[in-house]
Amino acid sequence: MDLRYSDVDEAFRARLREWLSSELPKLPEQPPRDDWSARRGWDTDWQRRLFDAGYAGINWPKEFGGQGATPSQHLVFLEETTRARAPYVGVNFVGLLHAGPTIIAEGTEAQKTDHLSKILRGDEVWCQGFSEPQAGSDLAAVRTKAVLDGDHYVVTGQKIWCSYGQIGDYGELLVRTDPDAPKHKGITWLMLPMDLPGIEIRPLKTVLGSSEFAELFLDEVRVPVSCRIGAENDGWRVTNVTLSFERGTAFVSEMVDALRLIDDLSPYVTDPAYRRELGHLAAEMDGIWALTKRNITQAARTGVMGPGSMMIKYAYSELRQRLGELSMKVLERDVLAVDAVGEFVEERLRTLALTIAAGTSQIQKNIIGERVLGLPKEPRP
Amino acid sequence: MNFDLTDDQVALRDGIRSHLEGRFSMERVREGFDRSMFDELSEAGVFSLRADGFSWADSVVVYEELGRACVPGPLVGSAGADAVVDVIEGRGGDAVWVEHLASLDRLLTIGDDGIREIPAASLVGAEADWPLDPLTPAHRVESLPAGELVGTASEASRLLNELTLLTAAQQVGLSAALVDMSVGYAMTREQFGRPIGSFQAVKHMCAEMAVKAEVARAAVQAAACIMDDPSTGDEMRSLHGAKIVAGEAAIMNGRTATQVYGGMGFTWEVDVHLYLKRAWILETRFGSADSHADAVAEILPPADRSQR
Repeated sequence: MDLRYSDVDEAFRARLREWLSSELPKLPEQPPRDDWSARRGWDTDWQRRLFDAGYAGINWPKEFGGQGATPSQHLVFLEETTRARAPYVGVNFVGLLHAGPTIIAEGTEAQKTDHLSKILRGDEVWCQGFSEPQAGSDLAAVRTKAVLDGDHYVVTGQKIWCSYGQIGDYGELLVRTDPDAPKHKGITWLMLPMDLPGIEIRPLKTVLGSSEFAELFLDEVRVPVSCRIGAENDGWRVTNVTLSFERGTAFVSEMVDALRLIDDLSPYVTDPAYRRELGHLAAEMDGIWALTKRNITQAARTGVMGPGSMMIKYAYSELRQRLGELSMKVLERDVLAVDAVGEFVEERLRTLALTIAAGTSQIQKNIIGERVLGLPKEPRP
Repeated sequence: MNFDLTDDQVALRDGIRSHLEGRFSMERVREGFDRSMFDELSEAGVFSLRADGFSWADSVVVYEELGRACVPGPLVGSAGADAVVDVIEGRGGDAVWVEHLASLDRLLTIGDDGIREIPAASLVGAEADWPLDPLTPAHRVESLPAGELVGTASEASRLLNELTLLTAAQQVGLSAALVDMSVGYAMTREQFGRPIGSFQAVKHMCAEMAVKAEVARAAVQAAACIMDDPSTGDEMRSLHGAKIVAGEAAIMNGRTATQVYGGMGFTWEVDVHLYLKRAWILETRFGSADSHADAVAEILPPADRSQR
């Protein structure tokens, strides 16, 4: 058992560091939060730079245009890009971390050819279309219906919390194709071309005052059958494939970012009681970071994420809430203006969502209790 | 990077676990520490791990198992010694509590000037009638003898780090055992016609305990790996962090397990209280979570009064 990066990993780190230090100063200024078309341009420009330098799809298999990095190199990549304050994955999130890996795992040859390299180049942006007003934590309760009509599905319904809905080219869409089957058995996973007639996109304003999400209203949208990923009515299984990528390394750059935030906050923390609390939080964050390394090692050795992978999201997001509260205490009256001191107040607002999105903390604890500890499920009504 | 138990470490863990399960049942543990326990652990190689070529990463695997089995005694002080030894922080003249005095051959003190050795026979103190942990007898020594200087200041801080690590490993073991006990109870105890572990209120308590234990184990094993190879991380930060999260995991899991067990958790018969009491005692050894948190804060970028 050790924490030693190999010589190959360290060489990779040195190369990446050098590239980042030459590339990052060339970036244009970051666009305002609510200017989505500018945000798309900025984020996909960064993705294109990664692609040109041979860093796009760092952990995707080589045969699909990725870099085929080992898990430890992937970790190095995330550590270095975050430390260098390189742009976050941004609008490329769904394509790179959800839809792309799902297409690799479950898509047809034609689907792989059509989408994977465009996602890697930053030429194709994806948005999310899983949740519905009546299907949040109970995601399998989706009602948006799809009726087969020749070689199209006719889709009608409503989606919510669609990240990047304003600028996505494709959406990852869960639809109900068999209303009579048990709820997990009647779902299908579709790629939704966002330019089809019948799609209305409404920005959804969040506590940040900007529209980080959209609502989608689908009115008899005709989606080609060729857009289906996996078999009809097998969408719940495919969804779990999609979400399993979230348990992998989706939160790693967030964690490196949290370690950086602790360092950034530290100079402001003069009160001994708050410094002690900061010390506690740093120690817990280090522990969660160590558990992440454990998970990545296990995944590399066995191909399967260990039990720790189901704990990371819960542990990290709860810690982040406490770090946010500490920032608010430390800043005292400077919290009255969101941008008065650093990014702390904005981060406090943003991270309110962390214990809700991608499975609430309560759902995470059900998963840990049932899948890791083997406790019995609560009887379904 | 292979931050997971190697095959040898899995064998080491399974070996010591089955040895402890066979020889150190809770029935025997409840009788407390004695010389025969020391001899058996010594024979099993527990106190000679480093001399036998085992790494710190191996050592924390073994000490986690000692914690899991709730084995009492001066286990970390005796590591590397050929005798029953405990180590405390303090200096001549201090009023201190000494654990397991009747079993000790000698006591080492860690102070500013180095390591000092005090023969157990020269320690005079009154035994507590009502020790917190019935398996950890406590003597109040009103004035600690100065003892003889046997190690330098740098050897003393080295020793302190090593003992802190092994103590944190024991705390991980306590926290992990408490998860297993609580889950086992929650699966079998029925109320309202079904196992209490099916209720989210109880399930979530178990999940929180499991996360605490898992994060603590990762933190302690990371600190051990860094002690083995200091080029792979910040040794002091990881060590302070390990003692913080392991200590909190042991205490929180002790409290939560008491809650999961309900009224039974408040009884002498159920083992939970022995784990919680040990957790409280280990928290007082080699720095509390709060003192280590202060030390972590010292390592972070310094407070800048001009900013506030």
